[in-house]
Amino acid sequence: MTWTTADTWIVVAGALTAASCALLGNYLVLRRMSMMGDAISHAVLPGLAVAFVLTGSRANLPMFVGAAVVGVLTAMLTQSIHSLGQVEQSASMGVVFTLLFAVGLVLMELWARHVDLDPGCVLFGAIELVALDTTVRLAGLDVPWAVVTLAGMFAVNTAFVLLFYKELKISSFDPKLSTTLGINANLMHYLLMGLVAATSVACFPIVGSILVIAMLIVPPAAAHLLTDRLSTMIVLSVALAGASAVLGHLGAVTVPGWFGFRDTSIAGMMAVAAGAILTIAILFAPRHGIVSRALHRVRLTLQVAQEDALGLLYRVEEMPSPRPPVAVPALRQALALGPLTARATLAGLVRSGKVEWGGQGYRLTERGRDDARRMVRAHRLWESYLVQFMGLPPDHVHSAAMRLEHVTDPAMQRQLADRTEQPQRDPHGMSIPPAD
Amino acid sequence: MAAYESVRNAVAGLSAAKAGLASRLWPATAKMATGDEHPRTAPLSIHDMTVAYHRKPVLWDVDFDAPQGKLIGIIGPNGAGKSTLIKAAMDLVPKVSGRVLIYGKPYAKQRHLVGYVPQRESVDWDFPVSALDVVTMGRYGKIGWCRPVTRKHREAAMEALQRVGMADYAGRQISQLSGGQQQRVFFARALVQDASLYFMDEPFAGVDAATEKAIVALLQELRRAGKTVLVVHHDLQTVSEYFDHLIMLNMRIVAAGPTQDVFTRDNLHRTYGGRLTLLDEAAQAIAQTGGGP
Repeated sequence: MTWTTADTWIVVAGALTAASCALLGNYLVLRRMSMMGDAISHAVLPGLAVAFVLTGSRANLPMFVGAAVVGVLTAMLTQSIHSLGQVEQSASMGVVFTLLFAVGLVLMELWARHVDLDPGCVLFGAIELVALDTTVRLAGLDVPWAVVTLAGMFAVNTAFVLLFYKELKISSFDPKLSTTLGINANLMHYLLMGLVAATSVACFPIVGSILVIAMLIVPPAAAHLLTDRLSTMIVLSVALAGASAVLGHLGAVTVPGWFGFRDTSIAGMMAVAAGAILTIAILFAPRHGIVSRALHRVRLTLQVAQEDALGLLYRVEEMPSPRPPVAVPALRQALALGPLTARATLAGLVRSGKVEWGGQGYRLTERGRDDARRMVRAHRLWESYLVQFMGLPPDHVHSAAMRLEHVTDPAMQRQLADRTEQPQRDPHGMSIPPAD
Repeated sequence: MAAYESVRNAVAGLSAAKAGLASRLWPATAKMATGDEHPRTAPLSIHDMTVAYHRKPVLWDVDFDAPQGKLIGIIGPNGAGKSTLIKAAMDLVPKVSGRVLIYGKPYAKQRHLVGYVPQRESVDWDFPVSALDVVTMGRYGKIGWCRPVTRKHREAAMEALQRVGMADYAGRQISQLSGGQQQRVFFARALVQDASLYFMDEPFAGVDAATEKAIVALLQELRRAGKTVLVVHHDLQTVSEYFDHLIMLNMRIVAAGPTQDVFTRDNLHRTYGGRLTLLDEAAQAIAQTGGGP
């Protein structure tokens, strides 16, 4: 394929749309009202119709004002139906936006029949045609009008988020405190909703309502998984939104070719790219990702198994000779480990120099014995404690101590020893190894 | 606003019957209040306040003056309107009738004098902010609209975190804190508000023993600094230990005054009705502290 100016403008328009939406979407996601974007982008229709009838034109400004007014109205109606009718917030949202959408359709039918409103265009937009739009000469470039509009919207949203950064933060996090401090949380809510409505109107003739809804929610949701800082989350959401636009366009022109088709909907592919980014975030996010959590669990399991193996080797050393050799089968049987875990456990211990192969079985090195002594000491102190203070019979304390020994730090060990008055032997008569 | 009008009208109907009913139900505390008897300088003076949610009255005819520089506990059974009382005082929920003055002026003019600690469950702890960020929010009112947070404010917040023993956790995302630590962060946020009158909604709910001790010490520090603090409280065992003054609430004020005068078995009975387990607890509490008859 060859890259043309048209491709550039498509990507720029897509990225500006995505970024404008993502900026505001952060606050929708954090306020747990993600569906509000969906609701508002549908509900603006009557606002557009009224603005059109009043001004007789499809000029930008009246459309934005009409949309913003209805956006605020949607938020207000949702709130009052929620609190007066005592219905769930999302249910009341569902009632309001379908009603307003229907009113919008009726108004269009009554007053604006001759205005062309193609359902396909509303859903998917016409981003392919961006470059064919009338252009305006800016800094030596012929910039399509659509891009100018979108750049304006992006600038307005950026200014809003920067200017009201602190107000948006507190009114989203703690609306009650915010209001008592004089930062009226309702006012901020309605400002935000008005701007969401205006943004969706600016964006959906170009990219369609599906992409608007996707971009309001998906990049911020992915960014939230990747960071614990609001400012980072906002910057990241904008970057991810831009990346979805670029990847989406590339995907739309290349992927269908692999299957023998010419190309596919660019806006649709941008939404798919955003979805792919979110999937990656869900899987690999450093703290919240599925893969990282699984890895963490595996590491924890191995650590526990290693500590148990050290304890086992120490107890074998305490036995009178001839001592049984400890190799993989014995370890598996004694600690109920799977074959893979057992091997990984021993390999880890050998690597860290705590255990070595002694011809017939594994044995502790000097370093390993120190660690093992600490583990066994913690175990036997816990057994003494559980018998003395919890009144448990001696034959019931082993498995509890087995778990507790892994979370006992030196300070806790000292406390345990003090409470149990420095016992020399555990309830089973085994000697308790000395502290370091 | 039309919504509230309809609630107001619905309750207005109730109001007519209210005065008579109230005097029969609570003869000891029913009085004809005109509002003139309130001292003009009380940190908080509530006159004849009634609050309703969805046509159901939650607070009836609440009349109360907070003495200056005291720790004031608000106790009562679930649904007694304890949280609503402090929210209505700060205009967070609409009043059907009545008037609230903070140091003699309406709340809207005095909000800079009022600090608030909401219930811990009222916010989303997964929100991407650090402990220091949350404490800094206490300053937002003073910073003013559209002005950035400066280092001076962050330093004040850090100092407050130090006072509650949380300086080491300043950079932690707040969901990584324990319940007690979260409550300390909220308390630090109230400290940086530097208010004269504080409302705290169950600051002791679900905290560990060390945090409870720390918060009590800080409350006493606030009292020494001449602040007035109203605390919604649940644990009857600790009432006499923690609070100088008490509001015993069950939709209306059953009793209010110095703790040693009003924290009696009789008042507890009237506040908590027939809840036997609670009454046992109460009896025990009174036996321990040697309070009233």
